Amino acid sequence: MNLFDQVLALGDDALVAAQRMSEWCARAPQLEEDVALSNIALDLLGQARELLSYAGSVEGAGRDEDALAYLRDSNEFRNAQLVELPNGDFATTVAKMLCFAVYQNLLYQALVDGPDAVLARIAAKAVKETKYHVDHAVLWTLRLGDGTVESHQRMQAGLDDVWPFTHELFEPVVPGVSLRAPWLAVVEPVLRSATLRRPLDGWAPTGGRQGIHTEAFSYLVMELQVVHRAYPGGRW
Amino acid sequence: MTESPDWPLWEVFVRARRGVAHTHAGSLHAPDAAMALHNARDLYTRRSEGVSIWVVPTATIAASSPDEKDSLFDPAADKAYRHPTFFQLPEGVEHL
Repeated sequence: MNLFDQVLALGDDALVAAQRMSEWCARAPQLEEDVALSNIALDLLGQARELLSYAGSVEGAGRDEDALAYLRDSNEFRNAQLVELPNGDFATTVAKMLCFAVYQNLLYQALVDGPDAVLARIAAKAVKETKYHVDHAVLWTLRLGDGTVESHQRMQAGLDDVWPFTHELFEPVVPGVSLRAPWLAVVEPVLRSATLRRPLDGWAPTGGRQGIHTEAFSYLVMELQVVHRAYPGGRW
Repeated sequence: MTESPDWPLWEVFVRARRGVAHTHAGSLHAPDAAMALHNARDLYTRRSEGVSIWVVPTATIAASSPDEKDSLFDPAADKAYRHPTFFQLPEGVEHL
């Protein structure tokens, strides 16, 4: 992967995660949670804007953040498939948020000390944001996992659903950054405290980094881009 | 959005900056103190309003009753001598 592909992959992860998370806006189980999830979506969108802007400047072909976000087809996106998965119920969303936020937090921590000054600057801000996302996901994982019979069952089901897609996160994007072991060191104790069974590793779907995506993704991209494609360059 | 009557109400106090007191900012619903603090951060400090948050279960607050307004507060109305308004300020005193 060259630098453009690396930054694009990280930017697309954040952009697609933001778009999915924002689907909870006005639909969350509680008003307070609605604001929390929307805030997290906005954090991710902010990361996506900086990363895609940087990707555009690395590419040097005149594409800005809008061109990259709104004018690519779904097979040109390089996000991991985990972030495009449909939200499912709240427990599934929490499971996905836990897996992704811990990954992002570790990745940004590594980038802060990395050789690329621009990525280091973007990561320095994102480390704090993702720390909060991790906290939020952990709070809910503990409460749902170690909650009622139904919340436990739903949390386990959500975790089982998203777990296979976590493997793709650890295909190296940034050279020299290997995160699977530190990721497990954070996630596994949380699952134990939440009385959840750590899913077995097996099926490991992949392809997002090459532009292969799940069926649900094209609908997400359509919704993301429809206004910009109807009114190119529109401002208000 | 459905009501969740089983989630208690919490009062949120935010300190705007070091050196000033926590001020009541509003209230929210949360299942426990940790979640209440977490939600308060999103609801009441998302525009950099604070450096510290307290949350207090609303049920634990004892409040004066509006019916007692006369006996509690009216007697102070005609005791102007309790206000420090009978002193000449010395020249040059600024922060009074």
